[in-house]
Amino acid sequence: MTLNTAANLWNADAFYEALIETHRGLSTEQSHALNARLVLLLANHIGERDALVQALAAARAAGVPTQEPKP
Amino acid sequence: MTPDTTTDPAWARDAAGIQQHVFAYRRSVDQDLAERGRPARRPVVVVGAGPVGLSLAIDLAQRGQAVVVLDNDNRLSSGSRAICFAKRTLEIWDRLGVGDAMCAKGVGWNRGRVFFGRDEVYAFDLLPEPGHERPAFINLQQFYAEAWLVRRALELPALEIRWCNTVDSVAEQPSGVRLGITTPEGRYELDADWLVACDGSRSPIRAILGLQAQGQVFRDRFLIADVRIADAAFPAERWFWFDPPFHPGYSVLLHRQPDDVWRIDFQLGWDADPEVERQPDAIRPRVQAMLLMALGRELPFELEWASVYTFACQRMERFRHGRVLFAGDAAHGVSPFGARGANSGVQDADNLAWKLAAVLRGDAPDALIDSYASEREAAADENILNSTRSTDFITPKSEISRLFRDATLALARDHAFARRLVNSGRLSLPSTHGDSPLNTPDEPGDGFSGGSGPGAPCVDAPLAGPGAPWLLRRTSVQGFTLLSFGADAAAWAVEGLEVVELPASGPAAERHDARPGTAVLLRPDQHVCARWRRPTAAAVRRAMLRALGRPALID
Repeated sequence: MTLNTAANLWNADAFYEALIETHRGLSTEQSHALNARLVLLLANHIGERDALVQALAAARAAGVPTQEPKP
Repeated sequence: MTPDTTTDPAWARDAAGIQQHVFAYRRSVDQDLAERGRPARRPVVVVGAGPVGLSLAIDLAQRGQAVVVLDNDNRLSSGSRAICFAKRTLEIWDRLGVGDAMCAKGVGWNRGRVFFGRDEVYAFDLLPEPGHERPAFINLQQFYAEAWLVRRALELPALEIRWCNTVDSVAEQPSGVRLGITTPEGRYELDADWLVACDGSRSPIRAILGLQAQGQVFRDRFLIADVRIADAAFPAERWFWFDPPFHPGYSVLLHRQPDDVWRIDFQLGWDADPEVERQPDAIRPRVQAMLLMALGRELPFELEWASVYTFACQRMERFRHGRVLFAGDAAHGVSPFGARGANSGVQDADNLAWKLAAVLRGDAPDALIDSYASEREAAADENILNSTRSTDFITPKSEISRLFRDATLALARDHAFARRLVNSGRLSLPSTHGDSPLNTPDEPGDGFSGGSGPGAPCVDAPLAGPGAPWLLRRTSVQGFTLLSFGADAAAWAVEGLEVVELPASGPAAERHDARPGTAVLLRPDQHVCARWRRPTAAAVRRAMLRALGRPALID
């Protein structure tokens, strides 16, 4: 199974709102801890090796700044 | 056998006797020969009378191979040290005649519990199925294990232990080595066909040869405390705490040992001062706080032994250097979480003894010894991988690593999947030498779907009828064994092969995926090297030759 990065959420805006709402009232530290638990829960739900490896790589790659366009 | 006060030597009767006994230095005839300018030549010299060196020497002697053990000291170890001996080690020690003594004295256990803060988050059973002679582990102070091994060694005429014999030089020769040995009476030289260094993590032999073990040193310190507590009602289980209230921010490991002694490992962190921490005044409050948490009450206790340690996960690049071989901690080191140190060392000895004996008898080429190195190097990699992963969980190296560790522990209370991620040590299991050149692969049409495949250690099973009630007790002490399921074994008159006839149903057949006619060939170290649905004498002979490193003789 390859990682599905096409739009797949049941309701993108509703999910995003729920995600932010889940963090309401938490300190940054508590939020980081929540995110870590969330990653583990979702990773277990996916379970499948290839998709997880691709997700790890995609998450890492998205944090690298894109190169300046050449003049 | 527990210590027998009527027949055992006085030193072997109790913990104090064993730890205090000084073995006598005795002059060897080899020193006289060396003085006359003709150094003696011995087929095998083992350096180090610890659990690995003694196991190897006993195994060789039982195979009729003369062996000399040199030890630079004249005492056994003190304190608990290795403590956890795994099922496979006990099975090997059964073959060496000491398993019963170890198990009679040791505390057997299968269950472990993991706590995070105050709460139990996870319990595991390492041997969930019944029908095994040996438990997953016993806890036994290392000095007892060494004492029972020495006691066995002293029964074997082919085995000689020389105390206070320190090797100070090793010169390689065309087919062996010349050793320089310092004794209380001065120095002598001794030639050996094979030298096996079982001389521990700081291996002097390794240093003399200018060789190194390389790997990762962990920036953490641990305190071991052995404490004697009378009448502590506490189960024979392994208890591991992450971040307990009595030792916040760190981990603690508790094991029950024989003689009402408890072994506690406190993680201290890298900045701890080992000199301060090993003082009884520093240890006592830590222990008392732990007892209050674990047992719910304060109890009087005596501090028996304490040590502060650090560790590294490392190994030598090669375990064979010509006629010099390395085994146990000399060859590889792991963190203590997982009990993979002494247990893997005893498996090294188990792997090497029959091969050395076969080469020295002329039954196998020198190249068979290369398979010792390749099989046990792969096993060391597996142990180091598991040990490193455990250590990274127990001692997170970064803030984010700690964040995920704590997230895992928090989820483990309520979610089964997270318990599988909790890593307080992946406890020692025997290595399967699946890629070994000594294996004969399964015939594709044979359709084995389970059981111990080529390279795996033979799985034990209870047996009915006459003879020993356990499968592993029926395997050959000297050579190869063929397990023949539900077939007439008369057809298997292969020289050097013992046949064990077994029913084609029942636990042994199930654990070896056997049908009527199935045969499983075991090496002298009880590892499977071939199996067939429809065996023939010619196929068995070929597989034995392959396992002896003689594929050139195979048609």
